[in-house]
Amino acid sequence: MELATAAGVVRPVDGVSLRIAAGETVGLVGESGSGKTMLALALMGLLPDGARVGGEAWLGAEGAAGGASSAPTEGGKKNLVGLGERELRAVRGREVAMIFQEPMTSLNPVMRAGEQIAEGIRAHEPGLQRAEVRGRVIAALERAAVPEAAERARQYPHQLSGGLRQRVMIAMALACGPRLLIADEPTTALDVTVQRQILDLLDELRRGLGLGMLFITHDLGVVARVAERVAVLYAGRIVEEGPAREVLERPRHPYTQGLLAASPRMERGKLEPIPGTVPRLTALPPGCAFEPRCSQRRAECAAGMPELRVVGGEHAARCVLV
Amino acid sequence: MATAENLLEVRGLKKSYARGGGVFAEGGGARFAAVDGVSFDLARGETLAIVGESGCGKTTLARMVLRLIEADAGEMRFAGENLRAAGGEKLRALRRRMQMVFQDPFASLNPRMRIGEIVGEPLAIHEARLARGERDERVAAMLGRVGLEADAMRRYAHEFSGGQRQRIGIARALILRPELVVADEPVSALDVSVGAQVLLLLQELQSELGLTYLFISHSLPVVAQIATRVAVMRAGRFVEMGAAEKVLARPEHAYTRELVAAVPGGRGA
Repeated sequence: MELATAAGVVRPVDGVSLRIAAGETVGLVGESGSGKTMLALALMGLLPDGARVGGEAWLGAEGAAGGASSAPTEGGKKNLVGLGERELRAVRGREVAMIFQEPMTSLNPVMRAGEQIAEGIRAHEPGLQRAEVRGRVIAALERAAVPEAAERARQYPHQLSGGLRQRVMIAMALACGPRLLIADEPTTALDVTVQRQILDLLDELRRGLGLGMLFITHDLGVVARVAERVAVLYAGRIVEEGPAREVLERPRHPYTQGLLAASPRMERGKLEPIPGTVPRLTALPPGCAFEPRCSQRRAECAAGMPELRVVGGEHAARCVLV
Repeated sequence: MATAENLLEVRGLKKSYARGGGVFAEGGGARFAAVDGVSFDLARGETLAIVGESGCGKTTLARMVLRLIEADAGEMRFAGENLRAAGGEKLRALRRRMQMVFQDPFASLNPRMRIGEIVGEPLAIHEARLARGERDERVAAMLGRVGLEADAMRRYAHEFSGGQRQRIGIARALILRPELVVADEPVSALDVSVGAQVLLLLQELQSELGLTYLFISHSLPVVAQIATRVAVMRAGRFVEMGAAEKVLARPEHAYTRELVAAVPGGRGA
């Protein structure tokens, strides 16, 4: 995608391809400036004005179509990129839902929790009677393991703890039975014990509902816990992807290796930060975006951005060293 | 008994707040104990981490140590002097020996002051007789120590990234050469690789300048990295305290075990 900024056109997301199967969690790892939130917003059609999106995002039956197609729908599948605002509104919340990092700022502070969930339900299913909507709200809250659901529904966000607010967000996201859930750092702002509960809940829901989940985080420990497959994002591109265990235990891209070496663990070890900082999208290096910070760089690295190369099986890394 | 090695000694520190309150509150003045009787010693040169979840009182405790909030009860001695009772000039003199690094790199720097003024402000207050030129020299030197260029002095906070702002906050905290630094979640708001840089910087500065750290954090892996001793706090009290490796590897208290087990990708997972 492209975004026009005062400094010129930038590509927060550049040639990202992902595949998420029903019931699968794909983790997207990235730091600030990696493009991870932009990617999520692009899938939901929530980008700022002036953003132009290219490519395809197929929602529905198994994988993307073989040939590139500009038709918005094909068989039971929809290309989210091609949809107009009206169609997107039908998809958002109903087929693709999103939960965010800071539940306190994502929830409407002047609406009761139940009412916010009801709002989404009514938007997608306008014919329901009030009692039916209420029933759905309670069911959604119970599914999100909110105790005393009926009482909680009547409370305002500020009366709820961080963990409960996140459960309300989850209830709201799942109320209309979406097939894909995009979770953008959903547990980063939560205490570690609450985080564990929320991750367990998301796991259960994913299995029980056959939900596909795109889990965005900068925390490698969390991604190891939740994802079957992982994609690592740097300066708008996927630099490594594959089965989670593979990528996290035998990383092949120097950035992934750097992230792991820089992550504190429970055993005291030698923390090795990655020198330098993430490049500004307006000032990307000419070749591989990571090259200036890479301890393993070669002459060819500054020449051009490498393709994703297969390491083995489904594991691939965008590096000349592979 | 104050020993030569203890920089800080805290006994039975308490702080409570009125719960609810206001004209429409029911139930009278129920009180809520934010810190409910905390005691510990901090030896020179060590790093004591206070770890706990939100609401446990760790930040309130840190602020009481710095006299930013007044305790309701208890004793505090800093380098043998009565910290809790100090006032006026005595307090001023003690204050410059202890400084704080804050969590939020975006909220802790005055957006309307240039970096040079921000880092120089403690000098302007505590060493007012210092000539402007000399003050600027010291600011430049400190900025260099934390990995920033001297030209940063002329710029404003918004021109810097989160990691750089944390470095500025550290420079400001160290410009007076304090003995004790209270760091309140200094890397929580930072990305992994940036946080690692800041942690390493804090460790280097500690050995270079002989600093003693009181390190507040909710993150056990970060604490494992930096602490010599750990105190686990819950509901205003310490439930366990000991050598970092021991508490994290062989926790005794049920709550500590729960915290350790909850670390994703950690031992418990």
